[in-house]
Amino acid sequence: MMQLCGTDTIELEVNGEKRKVTVRAADTLLHTLREKLGLTGAKPGCENGDCGACTVLLDGWPIKSCLMLAAEAVGHSITTIEGLKNAPMQKAFFENWGFQCGFCTSGFIMTCHALATIHPGADDDTMADWLQSNICRCTSYEEIQNAVKQVLGKGDSSGVQGVVSMKEK
Amino acid sequence: MTAIGKDVPRKEALDKVTGAVKYNDDINEPGLLHVKMATSTCAHGIIKSIDVLSAWNVPGVRAVVTGDYLPVMTGSVIKDRPPIAINKVRYYGEPVAIVVADTEHEAQKAANSIKIEYSPLPMVKSPKEALVKGAPLVHEKLGEYKKAIDDVYPAAGTNVADHSKIRKGDMDKGWSECDVIVEGEYTMPKSDHIAMETRNVRVKIDPDGKVYVSSSTQCPHGIKDTLATVFSLNEGDIIVNAPLVGGAFGGKAPVNLEFIAYIASRAVGGRQVKLANTREEDIATSPTKIGLEAKVKLGATRDGILKALELKYFVDAGAYSDTAPRMAKTMASNGTGPYNVENVFCDALCLYTNNPYSTSFRGFGNMGHTFCMERTLDKLAVALNMSPFDLRLKNAISPGKGHTSATQVKITKSNTGDLAKCIYKINELIKLDDDLRVEVAKDKVIARGMSCIWKTSASNTDAISGAIIVFNKDGSLNLIVGVMEIGSGVKTGLAQILADKMNMEVDQIHVQMPVNTESSPKHWKTVASMSTVMAGRAVLSAADDAIRQIKDLGSIVLRVDPSQLEIGGGKVYMRSDPDNYVEFKDMVHGFKFRGGNSIGGQIIGKGTYIMENLTILDRETGKGRMGPAWTVGVQAVEVEYNTKDHTYKLVKAATVMDIGKIVNPKTAKGVVMGGMSMGLGLGSREGFLYGSNGGILNDSLRTYKVMRFGEQPDYMVEFIETPAEDGPYGARGLGEHGILGMPAALANALTRATGVELDQVPIDAELIWQLKTGGYV
Repeated sequence: MMQLCGTDTIELEVNGEKRKVTVRAADTLLHTLREKLGLTGAKPGCENGDCGACTVLLDGWPIKSCLMLAAEAVGHSITTIEGLKNAPMQKAFFENWGFQCGFCTSGFIMTCHALATIHPGADDDTMADWLQSNICRCTSYEEIQNAVKQVLGKGDSSGVQGVVSMKEK
Repeated sequence: MTAIGKDVPRKEALDKVTGAVKYNDDINEPGLLHVKMATSTCAHGIIKSIDVLSAWNVPGVRAVVTGDYLPVMTGSVIKDRPPIAINKVRYYGEPVAIVVADTEHEAQKAANSIKIEYSPLPMVKSPKEALVKGAPLVHEKLGEYKKAIDDVYPAAGTNVADHSKIRKGDMDKGWSECDVIVEGEYTMPKSDHIAMETRNVRVKIDPDGKVYVSSSTQCPHGIKDTLATVFSLNEGDIIVNAPLVGGAFGGKAPVNLEFIAYIASRAVGGRQVKLANTREEDIATSPTKIGLEAKVKLGATRDGILKALELKYFVDAGAYSDTAPRMAKTMASNGTGPYNVENVFCDALCLYTNNPYSTSFRGFGNMGHTFCMERTLDKLAVALNMSPFDLRLKNAISPGKGHTSATQVKITKSNTGDLAKCIYKINELIKLDDDLRVEVAKDKVIARGMSCIWKTSASNTDAISGAIIVFNKDGSLNLIVGVMEIGSGVKTGLAQILADKMNMEVDQIHVQMPVNTESSPKHWKTVASMSTVMAGRAVLSAADDAIRQIKDLGSIVLRVDPSQLEIGGGKVYMRSDPDNYVEFKDMVHGFKFRGGNSIGGQIIGKGTYIMENLTILDRETGKGRMGPAWTVGVQAVEVEYNTKDHTYKLVKAATVMDIGKIVNPKTAKGVVMGGMSMGLGLGSREGFLYGSNGGILNDSLRTYKVMRFGEQPDYMVEFIETPAEDGPYGARGLGEHGILGMPAALANALTRATGVELDQVPIDAELIWQLKTGGYV
């Protein structure tokens, strides 16, 4: 992690691109992605780490970008929903009506995508353990469960872009 | 080619799974200023002083505003609320001052530095307290407030915002015919909508007086109308833009932050300002769900025929009335549930308290009366030694038997559908006419409970909707409506309706997703589960208009009377010889003859709708027609209860509803399941807890518990289709209904499982333990 005082320019690797961005030391990664880089897929649902709407991947692992400072993300590879291209999880959410209003969807897909990538054989308990990090207020979760099971069933997580160093931590 | 009844994916689905979709707060313009609120830390008190000096000292601050800067009173029923408190605060969390600054953190820092002193007044914290003789008055000047509608009856010198009555039949006669009478008292706490997108708005005022509002809202046209009235502006000068909404559930139906943002923009010379709630503000400062205390007395013959029903509702509106009086009225007028009861007496009091104020919430009060009635029916079934299933079936409202609603509307097949059919159907999903409590293992009990539901809208009697269809040159068309896409998939449903009517493929229908009040026809509000019905009728009327134009033009080109023409597959053709046709693409922007001369022009169809035959309810009896068709249904829950530690698991949940016509099965099912999930959340965990200062203790998503992944039961949803003759293709509303009976069905199942009467929600292991043991270890 780097040290920042006041406002400074940092370089973030987002969706495979190096992006220079000026941030305050106190700026969260979520704020920086949304306000500075125009990547508004990650949402502010609580800015307290409770709802998961802001979930992005850090070196392939889901994190709540509202709980991380932009400065902390330097040197890591960040993947946002905009970095997924035709990922099986996106297709599965589409096909299973895994959303209604769509506001939690980016975060949910990122968590589910990481689950399918890291634990392609996840059982129901593992799935619940992971997905309790996110709130959906529109669906009943059954639709999301169906979407995840569709992908887990295939054990296929191709279509991943911008996700590197997928090592088990 | 019909698109009706097909699982058409949401038109905006790809945008949603790729993160490309833009909600209101995803659109930011450089240079906009940020607004933050300083909110009350006193639930009831006189504002002694507001020291804003320190706020001005924060760099980047452009304005600090208090309630006296632009004092206005707002309210869609009673004009009782200043957007920024004036002289007095009435709930913990109420906006007292606002700061406009260059950045969000500067605005927040400045707002935090504002020092407000209060002279505390005694608090009114529950409906019961509001009614005590000599109770502190939340609104001393209640009698002086202007009313926004005629049929609301605030009682000056009290905390009563409104009193709705039902007087049907002859109560003395009714009670005398009863062999069994049961009573119950019920409570439901205030709680929050928890839309994942918190409310947010941007406003700017141009030098020419044009006001540009961009909001996360269910009612862009309502914002336009309301701002014009409240701030004495020309309606045409107000342009409201509303992109897709990240969940609403009624919470984004009222005009709320828009008032403050307008005032803020005025304070900085019209510059664009943004006001976005934090989650905590969205819960504690913006309006919430009503609370309820109720008493029910229900009597029946020994055969189980309901004869008399007395309902007393005490609705916790909170500090301001907003739409709470309408929800109290809704409870009164629908409190029987979908059962025929000849003699009904109801008093519904809508009460001011010093809790956060309320607004519409999914179900609009219907979940409250359902809980009370359905719990009482289960008590009656026990007293009668009759199965709850048979008791409900026996009294289910039904056309052709002289049945009427509490508001004395004649029950028809069209206006209620077929409840008995729903009841029989649900029995196939969760067995209800059998043993409802089974001990399956040591410490383990499986129990089931049910609840019937019904709901019509309580919209304005003159609520309108409209649709415009504009053809593209390639023969496809754009559909423009004022309905908001808040997650229900309504705009895709409307595209399906239009595709069917135009006999075209649904992918040839392009739907404008954002609503703009300058160009979109007015849709009253995207509320009341009425959007598909209202806008659907407008779309059909617009399609008729376009078809007439197409046939008129086609008749000139094809040289036959328009009556001889049909449309389909993007063509207008002769019925007698379909090979004789004109393609839409050659005519919808005018038809050009071989010589170059042309006729016609762009085909633009317009359609409108206004609510039909609704009436204001009679003040003394409640008689009248409040909404169009009721959607009826039945829900059931199966739980697995641990007799040792009092925890329980949700095993199964089912709904069968008569929605008239299924436009999009998968979407309809999803919306109902989502409602069921929210209803189970309210039944099992949701509700505000207050501190001794009157503030909400659980005002974050860490402490306010909602349903999470993995806690869901197996959901089963089926539909019955008895057409509503006045709905598009026979469709009735369904958006809210999934929630209605879940708390009741859950409480009925758990009462059976635990052996203690569970007459309040949320029901958690601690509550069961307390009731079973008296709270002693």
